[in-house]
Amino acid sequence: MQAINFLKPNRDNIKNYSIIGSVLILISLIDVISNAFLKTNLTSFLPGSLTTLFPLILGLIGLNMMRIDYSGNKTLDILNKNINTNNFNALLTLLILFSIIKALPPSLSWMILDANISGDSKDACTGTGACWTYIKVWFRRFMYGMYPNEFHWRINTAFILVIALGFVGYFMKENLKKYLALYYVIIYPIIAYLVIYYLISGGSFGLQWVETGAWGGLSLTFIVSFFCLIFCFPLGMIFALGRRSNLPVIKYISICYIEFWRGVPLITVLFMSSVMFPMFLPEDFFMDKLVRVIIAITLFEAAYCAEVIRGGLQSLPRGQYDAAKSLGMGYWKMHIFVILPQALKLVIPGIANTFLALVKDTPLIFVVGLAELAGMLALAKTNPKWLGFAMEGYIFASIIFWIICYAMSKYSYNLEAKYKTER
Amino acid sequence: MNNIIKKFLPQILAILFVVLIFGFLTINAQTNMDNRGIDFGFGFLSQESSFDVQFSLIEYSGSDSYARAFLVGLLNTLLVSFISIIFCTILGVIIGVARLSSNYLIKNSAAWYVEFFRNIPLLLQIFFWYYAALRALPLPEKANAWFGVTYMTVKGYYIPAMVWENLNVFLYCGLAAIISIIVLKKYANNLRDTQGKQIPVLLYSIALLIILPLLSFLFGGVSLEFELPQLKKLSKISYIYEGGISLPPELIALVLALSLYTSTFVAECVRAGIEGVSKGQKEAAASVGLTPNQVLKLVIMPQALRIIIPPTTNQYLNLTKNSSLAAAIAYPDLVLVFAGTALMQTGKAIEIVSITMLTYLTISLTIAAIMNWYNKKIEIKEK
Repeated sequence: MQAINFLKPNRDNIKNYSIIGSVLILISLIDVISNAFLKTNLTSFLPGSLTTLFPLILGLIGLNMMRIDYSGNKTLDILNKNINTNNFNALLTLLILFSIIKALPPSLSWMILDANISGDSKDACTGTGACWTYIKVWFRRFMYGMYPNEFHWRINTAFILVIALGFVGYFMKENLKKYLALYYVIIYPIIAYLVIYYLISGGSFGLQWVETGAWGGLSLTFIVSFFCLIFCFPLGMIFALGRRSNLPVIKYISICYIEFWRGVPLITVLFMSSVMFPMFLPEDFFMDKLVRVIIAITLFEAAYCAEVIRGGLQSLPRGQYDAAKSLGMGYWKMHIFVILPQALKLVIPGIANTFLALVKDTPLIFVVGLAELAGMLALAKTNPKWLGFAMEGYIFASIIFWIICYAMSKYSYNLEAKYKTER
Repeated sequence: MNNIIKKFLPQILAILFVVLIFGFLTINAQTNMDNRGIDFGFGFLSQESSFDVQFSLIEYSGSDSYARAFLVGLLNTLLVSFISIIFCTILGVIIGVARLSSNYLIKNSAAWYVEFFRNIPLLLQIFFWYYAALRALPLPEKANAWFGVTYMTVKGYYIPAMVWENLNVFLYCGLAAIISIIVLKKYANNLRDTQGKQIPVLLYSIALLIILPLLSFLFGGVSLEFELPQLKKLSKISYIYEGGISLPPELIALVLALSLYTSTFVAECVRAGIEGVSKGQKEAAASVGLTPNQVLKLVIMPQALRIIIPPTTNQYLNLTKNSSLAAAIAYPDLVLVFAGTALMQTGKAIEIVSITMLTYLTISLTIAAIMNWYNKKIEIKEK
């Protein structure tokens, strides 16, 4: 019996097998690590391709030996259940582990060990790694665009004010809470617009005028997303209600609007705002390019918002409408007090996703010549003093956008989980 | 009376509002164009375009018309969308299935892949591939051969071209194979429903697909040769590959970025679809004696596909629209060729932007219409 069980590990010989198995895996890991970090091939005595496959084969045999069902050893059981259920899984586990180990040293040395951050010109970058000096020198440009250095405090103050005003709702007194919607939909956008106009544009109160052409960098991304965000929501609500309306004309106008904007790419919308829109304005009426772009993106995103809100409206049970009508409520009363509060609560995650898409879309305004972060990168990349650092720039921008978008998506997951339990 | 007012007043107001806006815009446009001496019309489409496009699927030169330039751009857009859709589907299905794996490492790597590529703006990804990653590739003379015959260089990817003789005979044979497979499938279904007999359709289909085109090589006079890219010296330091097909780096960067970005969304669709099939279905199927393979093929997949396909098509549509970002790295797609170069030359902003938008709108609405039809067809018909 012992002979038959020899190749098939079981509870009786668990000790031998788990020890031999872990030693084999350890050897294979040591081989890969030494190969990646020290650049020495421990198995160079093996012929040809066998030396590259050696750790894989050894690891597979090791994992196979350790695969004992109901071994009674807790750690071993958890390990087997999670990474080692069968040979195929074991192979994938090993491949992922090995590729992580192999990718670690070159990326580490490029990003940190061989990188430079000191100095303030290109000559400071002597190593073979990344040149973070470039990011350091250009940091203010990436954040504020061509906005004059001495006025950066104006942008910062404006942002802090706008964010602080956004949180006012949380601290409102209980008897004022009924005006919350009114505050967020009408008063807040107006105040935010005034703050941004008077602080960032300037021109009065002794602040020097800075034209929108000088705005740029990440702050422009925030400004554009912020305005599109607060304007596209009410507009989307109107079209969502319009699409659910019983009146055919209003319904079809809404459908046409929504399907039109959803059917075209944002880039053509931006082209429209920059080259076609001026033709449609009265003769001596000048509208700033930034304003035109914000209007275009708002109209575009409103269609997506409308579809999300419509989903919420549709998912409400008919009983809610019937109950509201039976109390004698009219259309507007019913929607404002019964339908919308429930529907909007349902669509919060969807709206958050739309806003996420909006933030990810804002770099596109670079195409019509507004220099937000991607535009500033393109500008810095072609600067004759700083040629050849495209990689660092794009990695920097990617990290920033990734953090913003990841935080937003995690927040929307949280909201989703929060409101799911309530229904 | 009150009811009638309630019903018609808002509608009349809405119509009035729309008409007023459109009227206002049209009048403005009219006066503006009069002032600048531009006239409205689509006559420019037949004029000579006199600009070159560096990458085109059909014959095109500067002496062709603007209409043909439009076609070149449209075909390039469709090409990049088509390639990216294939890659993003393959990647998306793999990642989506991997997210459901029982293996801790695989599950989490797939989850991080999705989180990573989904949360970086597509434009930045395109820029990264085009300006940073692909610029690090070797020069033509230093490039190593991939698979022996293809060369990945900083100037593009060079692959062998196929030189066909009697291509149409080959295509007819392929078409005949597909038609006979459809007929066979119908026949097999009929046989199964009436007499309960099973025919190994898949086996026969593969055989048909291989044998019929093979016959065309033997008897139809079809022949296929490969034209390999050859390194050629232009001057002392500049080399180039001649022969074969060259895929420009813009196309490669676009395909990479689009398929990596969209594959994360496809993966989420696939995951949601497979998770959406309730556990009871699997257990019920197993309890009536189906093998695990049959459970997957006959019970899980048909139901999962019903959930997967509509949102995935939506993602394909998004991909096609996102391919317009090509303009940012000068890949000659519809937006760059038509809304960029042609607009610059003719100055006909209104006409050209509307044509471009209408083209995308047509693509979107067509696919949406097909999707609605398909949804109706596969809907669960409850009694």
